[in-house]
Amino acid sequence: MTASALAPRMPVWRQRSVLPGFGLTLGFTLAYLGLIVLIPLGALFVQTAGVGWQALWAELTSARTLAAFRISFGLSALAALANAVFGLLVAWVLVRYTFPGRRIVDALIDLPFALPTAVAGIALTALYSDSGWIGGLLAPLGIRVAYAPLGILVALIFVGLPFVVRTVEPVLRELDGELEAAAALLGARRWQILVRVVLPPLLPALLTGATLAFARAIGEYGSVIFISSNMPGVSEIVPLLIVVKLEQFDYAGAAAVATLMLIASFILLLVINLIQAWTRRRHGG
Amino acid sequence: MAVEAIGRRASRVPQVARPVRLPLTEPAPVRWVLIGAALAFLLFFLVLPFVIVFTEALAKGVGVYVAAITEPDALAAIELTLLTAAIAVPLNLVFGVAAAWAITKFEFHGKSLLITLIDLPFSVSPVISGMVFILLFGLQGWFGPWLAAHGIRIVFAVPGIILATLFVTLPFVARELIPVMHQQGTTQEEAARMLRASGWKTFRRVTLPSIKWGVLYGVVLCTGRAIGEFGAVSVISGHISGLTNTMPLQVEVLYNDYDFAAAFAVASLLTLLALVTLIIRTTLEWRAGIGNWTAEP
Repeated sequence: MTASALAPRMPVWRQRSVLPGFGLTLGFTLAYLGLIVLIPLGALFVQTAGVGWQALWAELTSARTLAAFRISFGLSALAALANAVFGLLVAWVLVRYTFPGRRIVDALIDLPFALPTAVAGIALTALYSDSGWIGGLLAPLGIRVAYAPLGILVALIFVGLPFVVRTVEPVLRELDGELEAAAALLGARRWQILVRVVLPPLLPALLTGATLAFARAIGEYGSVIFISSNMPGVSEIVPLLIVVKLEQFDYAGAAAVATLMLIASFILLLVINLIQAWTRRRHGG
Repeated sequence: MAVEAIGRRASRVPQVARPVRLPLTEPAPVRWVLIGAALAFLLFFLVLPFVIVFTEALAKGVGVYVAAITEPDALAAIELTLLTAAIAVPLNLVFGVAAAWAITKFEFHGKSLLITLIDLPFSVSPVISGMVFILLFGLQGWFGPWLAAHGIRIVFAVPGIILATLFVTLPFVARELIPVMHQQGTTQEEAARMLRASGWKTFRRVTLPSIKWGVLYGVVLCTGRAIGEFGAVSVISGHISGLTNTMPLQVEVLYNDYDFAAAFAVASLLTLLALVTLIIRTTLEWRAGIGNWTAEP
């Protein structure tokens, strides 16, 4: 609230309205949000602040913690990249082409949101283990998926899959076909139209979707712990490291790692908002 | 042969100007390759994981399947899961409606900050959502000693599970309702107020009928997540079979005991629930044109 927003006589921080219930609903909203979300999250920051800088630094720069962050962020970035490519492909196919069963496929895209992560974890493990349907085909080629870093990647691709599809789909649907026709009339080849006319307006949505998938992947726990061998330094993700520290009653260490995670999540949230603001500016409101 | 083909085609070109075919779509072979690639990707990453839950659950026969979902620990897990959802969903429904009313029917400063804060649980790792309550109520937590002295258990007990579920599912109803109610504006409610309807009557007779599909949609999503939440609940539950295991945790316990058929049997119930959620979602979307539960952080 800026000073200029305040009226001279009394602080008018909301416009008058004939509708009732403002105080009641806003009061309840703030109280409930505070009790369930804000105070508990605040407790995490206070706990971390109480650890002291030196201990905090030692905790965050230990080999195990650094490795966990490297694994989580590296594999999440790869998963987001894979989802950007395949998500764009799926969105394109769903919007631009017709084929039997298209609506069912479209409805299925949200399965990773509806399916509990633990179920996804054991299903992917069964599928990609050396004796599984797909793992069994890959094992003779020397490719191990389950209980290897590749397995973590598979799980992270699964949980992030809907984000890119669902952010790109509406933009693609509302794309002006006349621009493509104009480009074609001016003699552009199909690939030129795709790269110069179709792709640029899709980029912000693609970027947003990939960032959302990345943010989701770094926090993911349920589906990963089943398919990963969970070895410290090799295949231990950050959320698992937090759980391990909690189980050892190392609350200070867990809080330190969790705080760093939260800060990373907030930065990603900011990035997503910036991308959207940038998109709005480019398209003039 | 190639020359012949060209010659034949050339001889067939009519003398009048023929309509120009603009490159507005890809050639058919490219189309089919792209469709094939997309479907193959979805097959490996979506469809087969879904199918394998049921084949694994029934791998040892229907008898084993039925026994697995009717044994006491499984029933206790189902009961606890339903209890958790029965408490968490109504509370977050009331919160969602109240928050959406305050946010969409009034103009006040700090509104966008409030919306961001409501979305916060979506961007927090589930593990952290569970752990914050351990920091507050665990034995070494802020209120731990006081709770222990009074014999109240929250961590490694049912209240903790409910708190973690409340945290994780808090945004769902509000997120669905805010865009719906924002679009509807305030004119109808204002008209009702001019006609001297009471505030409650205005809400019940004017607002509620127009947001009922949004409410239903939010409740469905909230329920699905409340039942299926794993990470947050896993941290705080303590995994006591028959006492503090929800269905997803029971799946984990059975799986870690190498009782795969039973693990997949319980998992199949959760998968069916996910399927029902998807069907309701799709129906509501076609019907009311609402909802896009993915495009949110």
